[in-house]
Amino acid sequence: MQGLRSAFAIAKKDLQTELRTKESINAAASFALVILVLFSFAFDLGREELYAISGGLLWLVYSFAGALIVNRGFARELPNDCLEVLMSSPAPAWSIFLGKSVAAFFLLLIVELISLPVFGLFYNIRWLQNFGSLAMVILLATWGITVVGTSFSAVTVNVRLRELMLPVLLYPILIPLLIGAMGTTTALLGGESLGGDNIASLRLLIGFDAIYTALALYLIDFVLIV
Amino acid sequence: MFAVAADRVWKYFGDFPALRGATLEVRAGSCLALLGRNGAGKTTLLRIFANLSKPTKGEIKIHGRTGYLGHGIGVYDDLSAFENLVFFGELQGVANPAKAANEALERVGLGRVKDGMAREFSRGMRQRLAVARAFLHKPEILLLDEPFTSLDDKAIAVLQSLLSDALAQGATIVMSTHQIREAMELATHVAMLERGKIVHAGPRAPEMLSDPAWLYRTYGEIQ
Amino acid sequence: MREKAVYVLGLLAAFVMIFNLNTVFNKLPDEAMQGAVYRIIFIHVPAAIDADIFFTVSLLTAVLFLVTRKFIWDSVTVSCIEVGTMLVFLNLVTGSIWGRNQWGIWWAWDLRMTSQLMCFLLYLGYLLVRPAIAEPTQKATLSAIVAIFAYADIPLVLMAIRLPNVRTQHPGPVLETGNLAPAFRAPFGIGILALLLMGTALVLVRLHQETTRREIDSLRRELHAA
Repeated sequence: MQGLRSAFAIAKKDLQTELRTKESINAAASFALVILVLFSFAFDLGREELYAISGGLLWLVYSFAGALIVNRGFARELPNDCLEVLMSSPAPAWSIFLGKSVAAFFLLLIVELISLPVFGLFYNIRWLQNFGSLAMVILLATWGITVVGTSFSAVTVNVRLRELMLPVLLYPILIPLLIGAMGTTTALLGGESLGGDNIASLRLLIGFDAIYTALALYLIDFVLIV
Repeated sequence: MFAVAADRVWKYFGDFPALRGATLEVRAGSCLALLGRNGAGKTTLLRIFANLSKPTKGEIKIHGRTGYLGHGIGVYDDLSAFENLVFFGELQGVANPAKAANEALERVGLGRVKDGMAREFSRGMRQRLAVARAFLHKPEILLLDEPFTSLDDKAIAVLQSLLSDALAQGATIVMSTHQIREAMELATHVAMLERGKIVHAGPRAPEMLSDPAWLYRTYGEIQ
Repeated sequence: MREKAVYVLGLLAAFVMIFNLNTVFNKLPDEAMQGAVYRIIFIHVPAAIDADIFFTVSLLTAVLFLVTRKFIWDSVTVSCIEVGTMLVFLNLVTGSIWGRNQWGIWWAWDLRMTSQLMCFLLYLGYLLVRPAIAEPTQKATLSAIVAIFAYADIPLVLMAIRLPNVRTQHPGPVLETGNLAPAFRAPFGIGILALLLMGTALVLVRLHQETTRREIDSLRRELHAA
């Protein structure tokens, strides 16, 4: 279907340009690393306590990096008026949105996978155990961040003070997602498995992703045409 | 048979009417020069034709695929000329994007630099790349917003040659312009927008070719 | 005529409010466990309930705007959200005072207060983004989308803060309203009504202000266009 073809082309294009310049990946990864270092000075914690805050810390870092990545989402179309060309093409609005969300998803995932070993190193956290379950939580929560983030990237693309407005809108919406991700990640890193109490969190993540993916795909039409 | 038609189109930006009941029919295969002062609504009308904007009231009919060349260049600085065109080809659903890209690059004289980054092109080369993008999918309808503005000579020549080729193949062209002289050479019809309304539309008359300002004096407001 | 209605409504609201406050302060006895401060419940909880009502209305009018493109719906949306946010703020402040009096702390991360705080942040984003968009149609369209995203988050927030392992679950002070004795039910209900009337009067005032502003803008533009 042409819509999916366009979405794929757009995702490919975004990844191509970003991996060539590495602008936002470098910025997000550096920022993540700096925060990890900073936090290690902020707290002087014993082993037990470190594990207790591990999930919270990790997802704080990931959400800050995520905001940097999604901010570029639609903003990268502004130079040379490329956004107009995209909008006047036969590609439907939802496919433009999908392509960009998928690209942002993979870019954020790259930054997260770079930060994870560093996090494990600095804080002495073992993350390889349970990696399958951890990966699932990361994938689900990262999709939530990128789908809502890309939506607001589209909403704020022509708004004044975009770099400020996007986080102001994004973080409150992400709170439930982050609460679920943080709690589950702490549990997984602490050696628990993905059953029992954590099932509720998983359901929350899936519910969040489903609701906002549907809303975004439906509403993006109103954002991208004036 | 018309290719592009606007029927009593109104476009409000907030409470400001940029178009006030504009009605226009563009015959298939013709080349329409859309004239008007700054702020008359030319860009707004073209953007509506290009599906970048929805009319507040009224209807638009488009028969055929459109290619739009607006004020911005519309190419990515961090992709090569070839990669740019392949991307836009895929977006337009072109059957063989790589082949179409190569042909288009040859046509505008950028064949030898096809793997160069768009960021490194000179201004004239970027404009020719933009023209290649607009013509890539061989659209039946071409919408050009002040295409000759700030083009260098080589780019002007390329554009005029492309436009007359397209016309020869039956395409329809709607182009807004301030450069009346360049436009009049190609135009078969002329229309004039004044404050959101079409105040004149008809075939190009001989007077327009010899004295382009005649149109403004006859149909426009007294300065 | 319209203005007279607003005045009447405002006066009525004030009257009901004063009548209710009189009942609450002078007629009702002190509660057994909490002493005098429990009276704050007659403002604290109705504020939350009425805020929910206004936010739900704002969701409907935001959708109506996207569907009909009539600016009146956008004006109702922003008015309702402003009033709702004020009521949430009132709820937060009264809750904090109550908590301070009862438990000695200004803030406890209990379920209800946390969900109200999230609500406040969500709609604060809406209120902050609106002035940053210059063009009126865009302003209305984009803020309608933000309003829908914000409202969709509320059930997710409620789910998230009920997850196990979240600090709102830690045993701590809870502002229990419990079951209301019959004597208290009437003032409670009237309290809801009073704030609702007051809120509605404010919405009408704000609506009038929005409508007038749009008229002025359009007149100004017509003047410049001439």
